Amino acid sequence: MHPQRRQRLWVVLSIVLFSSAAVGLAAYALRGNINLFYPPVEVAAGAAPVGTPIRVGGMIVDGSVQRAADSLEVRFAVTDYQATVDVVYEGILPDLFAEGEGIVASGRLSPEGVLVAEEVLAKHDENYMPPEVADALQQSADAGALP
Amino acid sequence: MWSFFHKLGSPPWLYRISGSILRWLLPLAVLGLVVGVLWGLLYTAPDFRQGNSYRIMYIHVPAAVVALAGYYVMAIAGAINLIWRMKIADVAMLAAAPVGAALTFVALVTGAIWGKPTWGTWWVWDARITSMLILLFLYLGVIALYEAYDNKTAASRACAVLALVGTVNIPIIYKSVDWWYSLHQPASIKFTGGSTIDPSMLYPLLLCIVSFYALFTCALLANMRVAILDRERRTGWVQRLVEEGG
Repeated sequence: MHPQRRQRLWVVLSIVLFSSAAVGLAAYALRGNINLFYPPVEVAAGAAPVGTPIRVGGMIVDGSVQRAADSLEVRFAVTDYQATVDVVYEGILPDLFAEGEGIVASGRLSPEGVLVAEEVLAKHDENYMPPEVADALQQSADAGALP
Repeated sequence: MWSFFHKLGSPPWLYRISGSILRWLLPLAVLGLVVGVLWGLLYTAPDFRQGNSYRIMYIHVPAAVVALAGYYVMAIAGAINLIWRMKIADVAMLAAAPVGAALTFVALVTGAIWGKPTWGTWWVWDARITSMLILLFLYLGVIALYEAYDNKTAASRACAVLALVGTVNIPIIYKSVDWWYSLHQPASIKFTGGSTIDPSMLYPLLLCIVSFYALFTCALLANMRVAILDRERRTGWVQRLVEEGG
């Protein structure tokens, strides 16, 4: 390779390397802040601030959803299978909201550790299948659970 | 190999060969896209949780995948121009920018339209969506930077440096859903291992992705042909081409 071109090749490589290193360091410094939400285990450990707007994400605990009879208020618990956080929300929930599904709730933590949510978003997972396949999977899972 | 490289650097050769590639690749790409989209919209089952709204992925996923691939085309062409001073590489870099910007825009808009019924919001500042927005700004930045210079040789080199600096964003977009907690779901199709999309839904998606790649190639070549004619308008071969009516 021509010496001049070799030199330019090194310049190009160092541009890519140094900019990657700079962005990598910035992302490392901001690592906690790039996360969209806190998992319940961090809330339970006291890592999430009380009284300021935060988001908490996790799976809705089976059987935890309680709807008020006279208003749109809903109470439920989210878990990451290590800790759970109680959430109270008043408003319209997304269509995909269901027990056992993932959500991200934004709101403020009360001093008692309950998240008073202003917005609840459903988190979709990476699985796509027709309803018949989902039914078949559910049936085989139920059959496997039997002795 | 080197003779091919030298031929690639010859504008008349590239103009001729790209013309014959476009003649068969463009109909094939359009046909593939029409078949893939109709297959996805009409002949696949609804999703067990999302119902019919998931079908937007037949446009969203290919647009996003090719928007990322297009950035590599732009950045590698920029690097070749910086190192070897190849005029064709400069043409390719500038031809890729508007196509990539359009694809990124389509991915962002279709994602927002899907996000409203699925998540409950049009927009959220999570790592995947924000890094995708940065990709759009990088594409637009390359276009704007080129237009900002009067000296087009200096403009091309500045654009190539910007494109190279921006490559760091591509692995970030790709891995953002794994590295950080985000609202966007992790990848369903992985290089290693299988997919978590049911095969009946996956095949039309793969056809759409291949068709989008082909369509990107067509748009890139068509843009390059226009740029080649513009830059070479004073040369003999272009004037002969005009006299022949081609």
